[in-house]
Amino acid sequence: MRKRSWAAALAPTLMLTLAAGATCAAGAVTLLNASYDPTRELYEDYNKAFAAYWKTRTGDTLTINQSHGGSGKQARAVIDGLPADVVTLALAYDVDALVKRGKLIPDTWQARLPDNSSPYTSTIVFLVRKGNPKKIKDWGDLVRPGVGVITPNPKTSGGARWNYLAAWAYALKQPGGNATSAQQFVRKLYENVPVLDSGARGSTVTFVERGIGDVLLAWENEALLAAREMGADKVEIVVPSISILAEPPVSIVDKVVDRRGTRAVAEGYLKYLYSPQGQEIAARHFYRPRDLKVAAKYASVFPKILLVTVNDVFGGWTQAQATHFADGGTFDQIYGK
Amino acid sequence: MNAARVLGATYAADRTEPLHLRRRPRAGLNVMRLLLILVALGFLVLFIGMPLVVVFSQALSKGWHTYVAAIADPNALAAIRLTVLVAAIAVPSNLVFGVAASWAIAKFEFRGKSALITLIDLPFAVSPVISGLIYVLLFGASGWFGPWLMEHDIRIMFAVPGIVLATTFVTFPFVARELIPVMQAQGKDDEETALSLGASGWQTFWFVTLPNIRWGLLYGVLLCNARAMGEFGAVSVVSGHIRGLTNTMPLHVEILYNEYNYAAAFAVASLLALLALMTLAGKSLLEWRRPELKYGALSADRQTKRGMT
Repeated sequence: MRKRSWAAALAPTLMLTLAAGATCAAGAVTLLNASYDPTRELYEDYNKAFAAYWKTRTGDTLTINQSHGGSGKQARAVIDGLPADVVTLALAYDVDALVKRGKLIPDTWQARLPDNSSPYTSTIVFLVRKGNPKKIKDWGDLVRPGVGVITPNPKTSGGARWNYLAAWAYALKQPGGNATSAQQFVRKLYENVPVLDSGARGSTVTFVERGIGDVLLAWENEALLAAREMGADKVEIVVPSISILAEPPVSIVDKVVDRRGTRAVAEGYLKYLYSPQGQEIAARHFYRPRDLKVAAKYASVFPKILLVTVNDVFGGWTQAQATHFADGGTFDQIYGK
Repeated sequence: MNAARVLGATYAADRTEPLHLRRRPRAGLNVMRLLLILVALGFLVLFIGMPLVVVFSQALSKGWHTYVAAIADPNALAAIRLTVLVAAIAVPSNLVFGVAASWAIAKFEFRGKSALITLIDLPFAVSPVISGLIYVLLFGASGWFGPWLMEHDIRIMFAVPGIVLATTFVTFPFVARELIPVMQAQGKDDEETALSLGASGWQTFWFVTLPNIRWGLLYGVLLCNARAMGEFGAVSVVSGHIRGLTNTMPLHVEILYNEYNYAAAFAVASLLALLALMTLAGKSLLEWRRPELKYGALSADRQTKRGMT
């Protein structure tokens, strides 16, 4: 009697094992895209469009899987063996890591696709509370005492590095600006940062959901999305006088596509991002399109800002990384005090 | 987990009841008792009751329709399936291991026994994130076995096997920890009797040892299962976060939350909470049917019986 009741308790577990095992079979062509945090909505849409396009072109049924996380963390996962056919990350430095640490792609990867392998761009803008109670208009207002600035940790977040460099670039462009005055300015800015989250999404949640801080430094697409999701009655966007041109790069991962035999479809996947259809989807998700026609169509969404590039002001990402974000770089000097 | 502990504590408090009835306490003590009870209840409501209410009210904040849609979403279903699959592999393996280990520890003397007990506790002692990283360092592309696995096209990291491994590691001690005291308290007398009556080793285990420990075992399995389904840290490190493939329920909750999908996030979270509540209900049911389990001492009662005979 007792023995039977005991067996009865274990039986469902066994049945669940079998049921779960049976549903695990898979087939067809699959592609894995390892991307950074804010592109979730973009690629959800884009994957549907590309799968349909690929079906009409080749007849293959394509399933595209997505993995999202902080840009640096995603690069690390791919190096550790995450079988991503393509990476679509926040900055070239993280893709460079695939060359340096994993030898997964050739070092000429950035020349393989147009526009530095960045099919869309973005920039850094401010998100403030409704009515802009602290009257934040430009970078200079961020260092005023009593202004809480929310930005993630540049050590872990790609977006945060763009924020940091944008602030630095602003300080350089001020009359008499130089490296010392820029570091002074950025130091004052970070003194106003109450919480350093590890990723861009975490910072958005801190600002919008938890209500901490007066201004969020955010990707333009993230800010536009947050404004749409949260409603215009809660937050509004402030466009500073100058910002940085963020070029999120894409690349196939050669070692993975060659092993899996997915090179053709992976290359097609990235090239389609440059097509009018791909550009249109990017623009709909608040990424600035490269295609001039699509850009003209969405001109009202993206205000004109004076945009500086990492190459012009900071001599490229490798140098920017070494000067500012490596151990002992300017960020450590500022934050470690 | 915590809920289980606190519930355990309230049961422990019940235990003093008969004592108190026999001897009338002084008035000062009574006030003290009341205060303690109030503090305990306050904590319960604040730290366990409130979050539960929040989870369910948030989950249903946009109505039943959104709730069902969130759970019927293909990615959510995949996460549920994966969670069940992982638990269905991790829990039975830990059951076998736990029984074997506690049997060895409780019934036999051998060198290195205390080392084995310490090892069993290791997964409790290290942070789950470290548990995950161990597997990355072993099976990751640049880890010890990574290149060999890659050559033979065997996927462990960022795939289901890695998640199963990490979960098994983290939930390793639950069954063994539950059984060791039970088995130690029972001693070897029953087994020795069986053996002297001519039972084989297997028969002794199956007909004598196992029936003696079954309630403790079921209890350990329940706790193990709850943790296996709820584990976040270790799984997060080894999962690779591929939607619909390697996201378990806790990871899916995080994703939904980060996508501003609060109602859906809490809907999936409420499923996990329901699971925890069911585990607790199962645990209470066990205790109700087997009151001696309440004090974690099958043994005490058995030993008094033995002393009498």
